[in-house]
Amino acid sequence: MRLSCPCCGLRDRREFTYYGHETFLHRPAPDAGARSWDDYLHNRDNPAGPTRDLWYHDPCGSWVLVSRDTLSHAVTGSEPVAGVGGTS
Amino acid sequence: MRYSGLRVFTQGLFGNRGWKPHWRKPDLKPEYDAIIIGGGGHGLATAYYLAKNHGLSNIAVLEKGWLGGGNIGRNTTIVRANYFLPGNSEFYSFSLKLWEWLEMELNYNVMHSQRGLINLFHSDGQRDAFARRGNAMLAQGDDAVLLDREGVREKLPWLDFEQARFPIYGGLYHPRGGTARHDAVAWGYARAADRRGVDLIENCEVTGIDIEGGRVRGVQTTRGAIRAPKVGIVVAGRSSQVSAMAGLRLPIESHVLQAFVTEGLKPVIDHVISFGMGHFYISQSDKGGLVFGGDLDFYASYAARGNLPMVEHVMEAGMTLMPMIGRAKVLRSWGGIMDMSPDGSPIIDRTPVEGLYLNCGWNYGGFKAVPASGWCLAHLMATDRPHEVASRFRLDRFRTGHGIMDEEGTGAQHNLH
Repeated sequence: MRLSCPCCGLRDRREFTYYGHETFLHRPAPDAGARSWDDYLHNRDNPAGPTRDLWYHDPCGSWVLVSRDTLSHAVTGSEPVAGVGGTS
Repeated sequence: MRYSGLRVFTQGLFGNRGWKPHWRKPDLKPEYDAIIIGGGGHGLATAYYLAKNHGLSNIAVLEKGWLGGGNIGRNTTIVRANYFLPGNSEFYSFSLKLWEWLEMELNYNVMHSQRGLINLFHSDGQRDAFARRGNAMLAQGDDAVLLDREGVREKLPWLDFEQARFPIYGGLYHPRGGTARHDAVAWGYARAADRRGVDLIENCEVTGIDIEGGRVRGVQTTRGAIRAPKVGIVVAGRSSQVSAMAGLRLPIESHVLQAFVTEGLKPVIDHVISFGMGHFYISQSDKGGLVFGGDLDFYASYAARGNLPMVEHVMEAGMTLMPMIGRAKVLRSWGGIMDMSPDGSPIIDRTPVEGLYLNCGWNYGGFKAVPASGWCLAHLMATDRPHEVASRFRLDRFRTGHGIMDEEGTGAQHNLH
């Protein structure tokens, strides 16, 4: 499996660290309540098929939002996670 | 038909023409007292213990493919009770006790082999941690022996003890640990459940769960609607999809874990060996193949196959630990879909829907849990109370933060296990 880094282009999967589903980008407000935080931290749609998840490109330090298929491992696209803080 | 040595002998005399299929192919009834979704090890065991321990006979196991075609047929067959935390400790201890009588119980040869399991350690700190784990195992009533380097050398003289990165300091020996024939466990439970009247329905995929007024009424399947007041979801890696039919969103992420087997070799590895620092473990099957595996590929996947970087990593770890396996040819590799929970421990619990029960979150350790998992889910479904050894496998522990069972101590977050 190869993933596309917005800075470096198509790179080997070994250069990336998997973080998790894009749910991690939608951090609730600090006072959103325990239910929202539980949902954010633990509960997942866990799709069998197209998904979007977060990968970190170790060599260049980019966070990448990758579109791929969990059934076939086909990678269909990627975009930079720009301006989103607090994910690491 | 009861199986025995005498029957094998007499069948042999008459050309083995008298063997019958292990289980019936029953017609689907419109209504059952209980439905188990998922005809894998856990589901079949649940059906068996519902029938045996709780006197239910009108039970259906619905399987979308064939019985035992999921993780029960894809794992690396290790049976052990070497857990540390309360909650896990008593559960796996109970499970191992069930394993030790399983062949008598099922009248089926599951080839349970208590060949002993050795977890290697490579530093003083790790030795302390394993000594502590061993004490927890002893306190639970199971067995554990802390071996020093010479103790390990006596049993496994061909390991590379002097490797620079991970010199072997010793190992935690769990003599009652071992392996079993994975398919036979599914077949044994299926046959035993069938003999007690359980309907095993293959090629029957659940497409919906009927709920009225917060109560489960039955399921929709590719073979029509079936009514039942109690439904158990026991579908491992597909838990999120099936639970979504009941409007549930689970703390589960499905990952791929790979395994490998070599060509058959003469007996060379007598134990199950785990090399945690290299994410590598190995045993030798009774057929002679070296069965080994490593860690997750570490991304969400339902492909039931992995990628090459982890293949390479596992081979490297194997060669680091025991250079002697370098000449063995790998016959095949495959992947299973692991239902990973945030803390690495399972869930056997009620759901917010009355009559709907959930058994999932087995991570990469579901095989050894099969007997106790079935026993405890059957208990929960029959009595509506959790069994005492599974009472901590709660679905709500992530929301409340109470009773998290994180054996690795890395935190209850998906990407950390």
